[in-house]
Amino acid sequence: MSIDTETARRVAKLARIKVEDDALPALAAEFSAILGFIEQLNEVDVEGVEPMTSVTPQRLKRREDVVTDGDQQEAVLKNAPDAREGFFAVPKVVE
Amino acid sequence: MTDLTKLTIAQARDAMRKGDTSSAEITATCLTAIEDAGALNAFVHKTPEIATEQAAAADARIKAGDAPAMCGIPLGIKDLFCTKGVPSQAASRILEGFKPEYESTVTTQLFDAGAVMLGKLNMDEFAMGSSNETSVYGDAVNPWKVDDRNLTPGGSSGGSASAVAADLCLAATGTDTGGSIRQPAAFTGITGLKPTYGRVSRWGVVAFASSLDQAGPMTKDVRDAAIMLQAMCGHDPKDSTSADLAVPDFEAALTGDIKGKVIGIPKEYRMDGMPAEIAKLWEDGTAMLKDAGAVIKDISLPHTKYALPAYYVIAPAEASSNLARYDGVRFGHRAKLDAGDGITEMYEKTRAEGFGHEVQRRVMVGTYVLSAGFYDAYYNRARRVRALIKRDFDNVFADGVDAILTPTTPSAAFGLGEMTDADPIQMYLNDVFTVTVNLAGLPGIAVPTGTDASGLPLGLQLIGRPWEEADLLNVAYSLEQTAGFVAKPTKWW
Repeated sequence: MSIDTETARRVAKLARIKVEDDALPALAAEFSAILGFIEQLNEVDVEGVEPMTSVTPQRLKRREDVVTDGDQQEAVLKNAPDAREGFFAVPKVVE
Repeated sequence: MTDLTKLTIAQARDAMRKGDTSSAEITATCLTAIEDAGALNAFVHKTPEIATEQAAAADARIKAGDAPAMCGIPLGIKDLFCTKGVPSQAASRILEGFKPEYESTVTTQLFDAGAVMLGKLNMDEFAMGSSNETSVYGDAVNPWKVDDRNLTPGGSSGGSASAVAADLCLAATGTDTGGSIRQPAAFTGITGLKPTYGRVSRWGVVAFASSLDQAGPMTKDVRDAAIMLQAMCGHDPKDSTSADLAVPDFEAALTGDIKGKVIGIPKEYRMDGMPAEIAKLWEDGTAMLKDAGAVIKDISLPHTKYALPAYYVIAPAEASSNLARYDGVRFGHRAKLDAGDGITEMYEKTRAEGFGHEVQRRVMVGTYVLSAGFYDAYYNRARRVRALIKRDFDNVFADGVDAILTPTTPSAAFGLGEMTDADPIQMYLNDVFTVTVNLAGLPGIAVPTGTDASGLPLGLQLIGRPWEEADLLNVAYSLEQTAGFVAKPTKWW
């Protein structure tokens, strides 16, 4: 499948990565090459095969639904580019 | 003892226990070697203070007579592992300045066993690459050299491979999502083991593709891989996919006796255009195992051809999801914003500045294959093909095959910069022999067994049954003993 510039723009938007307009054609061409490679998968007969969910057949462990960790506000905020008064700070979201 | 940095883990352990040397002494020698090896760009954050402190503690423990095998062993740690208070950036600009408030399970276990951290090692950004050229720190360089060119140490664990091959540390941690331990090990003439998926905890390891990622040891020989794996693995309640299984004594399994073991040779790995020296390496390895008493069996893994395309759907899909967390809010880089920029602009600018080209490309491919209308056609189809790839292996193991022998890489190390203009698919082909193992969740080990015509190291890969690393290590040990690969790079750095 060939990816056009508009699709590349839409994917970049979905991925929340700013791509300048003049970089979109080259990006679209790279996507097309990669997707062309991936399309070999269409040759495989997958009729009746379940998509793999876990590579090792093991049941996830369960535990009591209780608090085992927490109360680490300072550690959690330590690496934030902007933290104020115990919160992560971001540009205004609501007018 | 003259060249302490050249010691294997086993040799250092035995020498320290006998009192012939100390961790302080070996660690100091490694730190000097690292200072002299700037040209390799392997160590990107050095931690001499931590190392010196850990070495002193290890020496006290060894003196007290209660020291595990890894006690006092100086290691390099891949930058993908979170290490408390020490920069851990996955070689990405987006994690610039990030100092974790916690320690990964793997490094916690290694430090509990007395191991010493010399510093953090270069790698491809977010472990996405096969040449260590996508790193924010710049290229790591292979200590092997045959002409004027600087060669790649492979990737993504390129810094780990370079550091171990150049004797800057006794061993290093690596991680492997599609071949990132085994390919660099092959390019630098060292041993690299990717354990069974679930054997080693992923907690605290920066996630790339969670259903494929596994950490493992990169060492100077097979015995060291056994010793270091022992300290790295085990059940961890903090990783829900970590297996609650007993961990055998891997070193004790190294008897070298492989009589009657059935070794499969998969015909689909004999790719069109395989270089004659790779084909010969593979034939020689087959003959060595046969001479050691193994039974050689031709096998078929019919879906091999589809492993790379399936991988390049599944790994980017998981990456796009895992890397969504880098949004400029909780850690790392945040872009400078213009007046009027809102939160969406903050995300978009931060991620454009913070992620390198290859990472951006993979995140976007992943976003595309998961997007509405394409999820079934790409992602679900790839997961179905993955099930078939695993079934291929299940079938040959059910037929009595104990391990599978293949080449590790399609070539020896190539020159840094040589693939810059190539189509991304050309770079992806480096993982053609290793990626099947991740998709099937199996253990795989790269063992150096020879060189190409120019003298660069080449490796063979052994693939084992799930959870049977002990048996796999023993076959690898036999191959290593027979191949007798002892060449080392000549110091130029």
